[in-house]
Amino acid sequence: MIYYVARRLAVAVPTLLILIIVSYVLMYAAPGGPFDTERTLPPEVMANLQHKYGLDQPLFVQIWRYVVSIVTEFDFGPSFQYTDQTVNDVIRQGFPVTLTYGAWAFLVAVVTGVSLGIAAALRHNSLLDYLSVGVSVGAQVLPNFVLAPVLTLVFTLWLAWLPGGGWQGGHWPYVILPVIALSTSFMASIARMTRSSMLEALNADFIRTARAKGLPMRRIVFRHALKPTMLPVVSYLGPTFVGMITGSVVIDVFFATGGIGQFFVNSALNRDYPVIMGITILAGALTIAFNLMVDLLYAWLDPRIRY
Amino acid sequence: MSPLLFGRRAIRSMSGASDPSDGRSLWQDARGRFLGNRAAMASLVTLLVLVLFVLFGDSLAAWSNEEIDWAMLGNVAEEGGPSFANGHYFGVDELGRDLFARTVQGAGISLMVGVLGALVSMVVGTLYGAVAGYLGGAVDNVMMRIVDVLMAIPYMFVLIVFMVVFGRSILMLFVGIGLISWLDMARIARGQTLSIKNRDFVEAAVAIGVRPGRIILRHIIPNLLGVVVVYATLLVPSMIIYESFISFLGLGVQEPATSLGALISDGASQMQYGTLWQLLFPLFFFVTTLFAFFFVGDGLRDALDPRDR
Repeated sequence: MIYYVARRLAVAVPTLLILIIVSYVLMYAAPGGPFDTERTLPPEVMANLQHKYGLDQPLFVQIWRYVVSIVTEFDFGPSFQYTDQTVNDVIRQGFPVTLTYGAWAFLVAVVTGVSLGIAAALRHNSLLDYLSVGVSVGAQVLPNFVLAPVLTLVFTLWLAWLPGGGWQGGHWPYVILPVIALSTSFMASIARMTRSSMLEALNADFIRTARAKGLPMRRIVFRHALKPTMLPVVSYLGPTFVGMITGSVVIDVFFATGGIGQFFVNSALNRDYPVIMGITILAGALTIAFNLMVDLLYAWLDPRIRY
Repeated sequence: MSPLLFGRRAIRSMSGASDPSDGRSLWQDARGRFLGNRAAMASLVTLLVLVLFVLFGDSLAAWSNEEIDWAMLGNVAEEGGPSFANGHYFGVDELGRDLFARTVQGAGISLMVGVLGALVSMVVGTLYGAVAGYLGGAVDNVMMRIVDVLMAIPYMFVLIVFMVVFGRSILMLFVGIGLISWLDMARIARGQTLSIKNRDFVEAAVAIGVRPGRIILRHIIPNLLGVVVVYATLLVPSMIIYESFISFLGLGVQEPATSLGALISDGASQMQYGTLWQLLFPLFFFVTTLFAFFFVGDGLRDALDPRDR
């Protein structure tokens, strides 16, 4: 087990390094430096500025310094666009927001998805089953950027039940629409996956044995069938998590919730490279860490896996 | 009623025409199953109509996609709605441009990104996966670790960085999407290759001294095609989603070019003024296209890989 974790970490660390290096090189190759303003600075001033921020060094020295400052001080450098703010300040400001609705959306997607899938499998070929299959097929073509405007149209403009944007410190009416928009398509995928693997599990021999022993249905479902059912769902948790992170960009832009996605797009439009890189690296690190956790969970759930 | 049921009936009616002693090839069988799948056939017709719409929509449009109807500017909400009288079949956008012409163009770009992206990923992914799977050993290990590493990267962020650094253009969008889309395909092709490469016909080819490159191209890849085609069809809608996602954020195609995602975004930003047609027409095209591709993909999967049911 420890060997397995070590081996996974051995892949994770280079992955992150590659991400950092690639984004730094991309940024380095990009036209336009951080100090290019409308009025041209005297060359001496420019050289001084470049020197102060270490931009006159060779590329590999710059990358080395960048990596070292991230690893040792968790410092992503200053933002170009938001003066007097470091990348860390920007992340500190936006990340709690993203985390709040992201976590809710993740929870909603997994819990409703799994419940809907199990219910559909238990009532196979019933109205409920058809309904849940219909919902999950329909939700496939409703990615977050389609669902968000539609939800706002219905719940804000027509029904006027919920606010169509803003955050207000996470007051609950402001959280609902982002969470629904973000979670629905993943909820649908999870429901479909749970349904088919639950159906498969219920037809397995060990379930027939459990039935023959006369165990109550509830016990069969939750004690015996649930565990094998959850395996594909657990392996889908990784992509779901990535979807929450990338989806947060759309949510932040559309609902103006003020999470990291909003900063990311603003920085992308204004070429604020340190912020773009900081957020990309943060997203990458979170993804890698989460995938590692999912794999460990999977190995723990499925005793057939030998590491 | 399962699709298979329709399939059987279709096959029976097909085989009635020819000599019953003729064997049916795998592809004939699959075609019969696909033709009998109503949802897939309806979707195929929908896609054909869509392609015709994209190709010939411009000659139907009374306005070009860049022309501004100055009569509409300033009172888009009152007069800019869909109307046959003034030639704006889908209404105008917030700048007074004809939404019909823009939808034709946007649907065209979305469709092109989807199909080309899927094609690129099909070619690259299949070759990569087949080579890794066939050669095996250390080569396979290294090649697949590279795929693992690339997959662990949050591609959407990298894609946006890519677009920012190299400038926003359709070409860059293609390159960026193409760079990430082949990973899944490579895994699928490799898995399939592993199960094929020990079969007798490959051994026979090895025995008569065919070179590895030729074995991969002539013996392995044709046998991967079924799975690859199914997956590529399902990849088209996800390519369209990627592109629209980026364009929705305003980081994709540049004006005056547009795509369905950009149109949805424009429509969504205007909806509080009551100009709902700006949102609903692009949305309708987007959802219909995705549905059609999903159903065709599902139909192909049922037809080519019936064990999956």
